[in-house]
Amino acid sequence: MMTSTEHGRGRVLEGPGVRPRLLAGVAAAMLLGAQSAFGADTANSGDTAWMLTATALVLFMTIPGLALFYAGMVRSKNVLSVLMQCFAITGLMTILWVVAGYSLAFEDGGSVQRFIGGLDKAFLAGVTVDSLSGTIPETVFMTFQMTFAIITPALIVGAFAERMKFAALLWFMGIWLFVVYVPVTHWVWGGGWLGSWGIHDFAGGTVVHINAGVAGLVAALVLGKRNGYPTTAMPPHNLSFTLMGASMLWVGWFGFNAGSELAADGTAGMAMAVTQIATGTAAVAWMLSEWLSHGKPSVLGIASGAVAGLVAITPASGSVGPMGALVIGAGAGVGCFLAATRLKRAIGYDDSLDVFGVHAVGGIIGALLTGIFCAPGLGGIGFGEGNDSISSQFAAQGVGVLATVIYSGVASFVILMITSALTSGLRVSDDEEAEGLDLTSHDERGYIL
Amino acid sequence: MKLIIAIIKPFKLDDVREALSDVGVHGMTVTEVKGFGRQKGHTELYRGAEYVVDFLPKIKLEVAVDDGQLEPVVEALTSAARSGKIGDGKIFVLDLLQAIRIRTGETAADAL
Repeated sequence: MMTSTEHGRGRVLEGPGVRPRLLAGVAAAMLLGAQSAFGADTANSGDTAWMLTATALVLFMTIPGLALFYAGMVRSKNVLSVLMQCFAITGLMTILWVVAGYSLAFEDGGSVQRFIGGLDKAFLAGVTVDSLSGTIPETVFMTFQMTFAIITPALIVGAFAERMKFAALLWFMGIWLFVVYVPVTHWVWGGGWLGSWGIHDFAGGTVVHINAGVAGLVAALVLGKRNGYPTTAMPPHNLSFTLMGASMLWVGWFGFNAGSELAADGTAGMAMAVTQIATGTAAVAWMLSEWLSHGKPSVLGIASGAVAGLVAITPASGSVGPMGALVIGAGAGVGCFLAATRLKRAIGYDDSLDVFGVHAVGGIIGALLTGIFCAPGLGGIGFGEGNDSISSQFAAQGVGVLATVIYSGVASFVILMITSALTSGLRVSDDEEAEGLDLTSHDERGYIL
Repeated sequence: MKLIIAIIKPFKLDDVREALSDVGVHGMTVTEVKGFGRQKGHTELYRGAEYVVDFLPKIKLEVAVDDGQLEPVVEALTSAARSGKIGDGKIFVLDLLQAIRIRTGETAADAL
């Protein structure tokens, strides 16, 4: 469908008087370019174009990337429930983010700025067509950050898949956004207290992955194991979905990491490169680990390995170099393999889709290794503010990790208790669990064959 | 009349179908089933969780025949379905009380 603007734009380069118009256009572009270089009165079109794209890529990571990744791993009677949960979270977080989430995460909180932002931009007040955030429109920054606020809670879904009440999930996620995600975002990126430690968390190793991973573990423990776990076989019903989902996550993650530069420049380019390197390496590392320990490589394994690499490189993507990425990928591939296979079975919790094993463990590995590989001698861009050595940077990373683990763990637990009271229990009944959530929660069948 | 129920290995279906056609059987019903006898299951592995799967995919074939056809049909079925390895399957023969062709109402041998 051609709008009048598209139509008009197309006409500029046709017909008589083209050359004067072209010259005028070139002159205008040069002036604009000069203006942006001097501190934006208008947005930088290159940065904006990339960030518009990156935002779409990150949304794509959740719907349908993560949705498919998870959906393929559950039993067929629950396929729709997972898709529904991811999609519903997308809608819900969109609303909550614009109502207050964005403001509380990124605005100045005045006297409580160390912990939380203010409500100046609640309902996106003051965010107009012309508002800028750095060199891009604020609307783009806001929406980009919204996609992070969407995927983080969606990640948690994997921990309690196949047994949580839908209403309870919505309550939990809504409260969790404001009580956990927004504050941690503020601490790391919004001017809060973690920022003063000079922590390198480029795209959300703490804010997104450790946050969600720990919340997932707590939820898995609170909700309890699926009936029949671990003696009943509950293999993934459609690993084709899972691999397709993992692929979409991989591609979309370029928006997640390279987009976190908020500009189209060399740092974004390096972020893309290290993302690819770490992910490919992690996929191979998990595959080899599994091949050695169990005798055959698997599709679920290689897909999980790739995701582990993506998670681990997330905090590192703005500060490490290619060889650092290689080590981080290898570490995440092996480390998350051990966490998802050995650790889970040793402790006995039912984290259905390994949210803790991949996201928390991968995020911790990545966050800590960032402290090492940001060192200029190891190919990195250097230490964060206030740090002058690997040991001090590593310690700072450790502070970020600990703060997130403790806060997310405790707060998630409390929110689960509150939610349980609101919905008279978090789990569906045994009968509903046996029959499957698709039919019992949604009156639908995933496969009518 | 007799009803023959045969459980066979899935890849043998085409051979069996042809062999039955050669002895004059032109109709049958086929179902995808799972089962085991002496054939062991296999192990599947998902992120470190190993499952032993006892049930193996098989094909169940049902054929209704006239008493006179029984021996040649069973013979044809058995040789076509045999691979010589454990898990080839089994054949059961049941007495069939009645058969009716729905379209025309024909009964007994005329319905087969």
